[in-house]
Amino acid sequence: MKQASQRKFRIIVAKPGLDGHDRGAKVVAAALRDAGFEVIYTGLHQTCDMIVNAALQEDADAVCVSILSGAHMTLFPEILELMKQKKMNDVLLCGGGIIPPDDAEELSKLGVGRLFGPGTDTRDIVKYLQEEIPRRRPR
Amino acid sequence: MSPSLPSRSRFPGTVVPADKVVYRPEDRTGADQARDLGEPGEYPFTRGPYKTMYRGKVWTMRMFSGFGTAADTNKRFLYLLEHGQTGLSTAFDMPTLMGYDSDHARSKGEVGREGVALCTLENMETLFRGIPMGEVSTSMTINPTAMILMAFYIATAERQGVPAEKLRGTIQNDILKEYIAQKEWIFPPLPSMRIITDMMAFCADHVPKWNTISVSGYHIREAGSTALQELAFTLMDGFTYVEFGVKAGIPVDKFAPRLSFFFNSHMNFFEEIAKFRAARRIWARRLKERYGAQNPESWRLRFHTQTAGCSLTAQQPENNIVRTAVEALAGVLGGTQSLHTNSMDEALALPTEEAVKIALRTQQILAHESGLTERVDPLAGAHFIESLTDRMEVECEKIFQEIERRGGMVAAIEQGYPQLEIAKAAYQFQKDVEERRYINIGVNDFVEKDEKPMPTLKIDPRVERDQIEDVRKFKEKRDGGAVRLSLETIRKAAKDGTNLMPPLLDGVKRGVTLGEVVDTLKVEFGEWREPPIYW
Repeated sequence: MKQASQRKFRIIVAKPGLDGHDRGAKVVAAALRDAGFEVIYTGLHQTCDMIVNAALQEDADAVCVSILSGAHMTLFPEILELMKQKKMNDVLLCGGGIIPPDDAEELSKLGVGRLFGPGTDTRDIVKYLQEEIPRRRPR
Repeated sequence: MSPSLPSRSRFPGTVVPADKVVYRPEDRTGADQARDLGEPGEYPFTRGPYKTMYRGKVWTMRMFSGFGTAADTNKRFLYLLEHGQTGLSTAFDMPTLMGYDSDHARSKGEVGREGVALCTLENMETLFRGIPMGEVSTSMTINPTAMILMAFYIATAERQGVPAEKLRGTIQNDILKEYIAQKEWIFPPLPSMRIITDMMAFCADHVPKWNTISVSGYHIREAGSTALQELAFTLMDGFTYVEFGVKAGIPVDKFAPRLSFFFNSHMNFFEEIAKFRAARRIWARRLKERYGAQNPESWRLRFHTQTAGCSLTAQQPENNIVRTAVEALAGVLGGTQSLHTNSMDEALALPTEEAVKIALRTQQILAHESGLTERVDPLAGAHFIESLTDRMEVECEKIFQEIERRGGMVAAIEQGYPQLEIAKAAYQFQKDVEERRYINIGVNDFVEKDEKPMPTLKIDPRVERDQIEDVRKFKEKRDGGAVRLSLETIRKAAKDGTNLMPPLLDGVKRGVTLGEVVDTLKVEFGEWREPPIYW
């Protein structure tokens, strides 16, 4: 394996807010694990604080957030703000769910990474993380 | 060996044998016409719950809707009724589903987003303004907070001058599938089951035409289960409610007739039809043979169908109209009592009025243009259909045995068994799509670049502000002393085991809110935490 001498990429897969739709988050978690990432799945109904703290404690390279409840315009900026406060500037925040293109664009301007919608091939997520993480966090 | 099939696409997780192309009479091993099929409307109800089916009454066209404030959804209800919908179905927002008032910190950003925000009696009155509650039948998709919404509904009807015994409708109130799939829970399983038995007992006496639980496979399927898992887990949930009801001292024939079901209809056409037919037969047999029910109404499984939201694609969304039509057709051929057809834009957002109208028209076309309603169970006797129906029943029994071996459904849930099985199936589905064993048009084949975006429904941020303002005003004008007293009465009932429904009904009339009831019950019941497992 290419990364044999290095530690694996560590990814937090998180479900913030009250949303219970966890099919996508779990499928992505399993796909990332099978692709060689180290995955920490937070479970459901997490507050933004809990997610950012988990990312900090685990020294995560990326936080992947799944939101299907329509609360993305509140939750993504809140997580991003907390990450900034904790100086986690080299940690990638990205995610997925039911997120209309206009909203995704606005979130991207704030500094959120790519947001993957329904029909995404998990190999595209793997590729994105493999490229984007070293760009932000050179090893 | 049969020749290989021309299309390589195979539905993930199906129990339909892959290599069998033609079915013959001998494939129906052990099938006994009188024993396994019978007549429509007769035990074991394989051929349908009613004798005349859609000749007597076309299925209820019931579109699930809810967004924004109660006033916004009230407008959508009136629009749907005006366009020929025959029953109402309410979607609530996440805070309402999870037991938070709109002005709670955890509700931030979620108010009115995924359904209508409703946490006070006043909100419910607004939702049903101008709608005669004595005439319309209403379905409410609500689970851990079902009891509170039921109290709001009864109290609102009373204010319209409609007595509880006249109310018709269904409340989902199926907490087991929440732990299994939809993941909207508050309390641990046992206190949750107690809330449900309280409701079953109360409604049997006071709201006799109300379906007190809609035992739901829909969400199990949406979470990624196979058709077989949907069928087995859902029926097992139903049996568990029966067992808890009997244990609580309610005679089975008093509450079982008010249990109804809710299934998903996905794309694997024949398997879906077989699933619906098998569901009726398995339910009838167990209720009669194992639980000793003697009233045919207890044996008769009635169900609502919703087409599969998870089958809709964000790519080329117009194609979803066709998917929905195919799925709706399976529901009708399977003998559904009511139907929700999804809108083409639901992989993108909550549906627009225009998209909902096409979905409703799809049902109307099936009902009025196709001749479907003229014959009862027209597929009966087809070798393939009957063989598949038998197979679903046999395979289901194996899953029942596994759950029983684990100590029943509540124990199996605590062990994470159905959750993990569904997660595995969901992952397999995804891999089958990615590795193109299953062809999903627009996603892994016939893909188009540069698709035009479809206009979607936007929820105005004013919704959250308005709703929070409303709730605060409502709280200010109440008699605080009466509210505190009511909450204390509710807490005592929770503690000493008397039926929660009467103090709750009294409480909401005095202005107790949804969040306040939940906070009070949490003190006695505690909260459920799911171990974060994935496959």
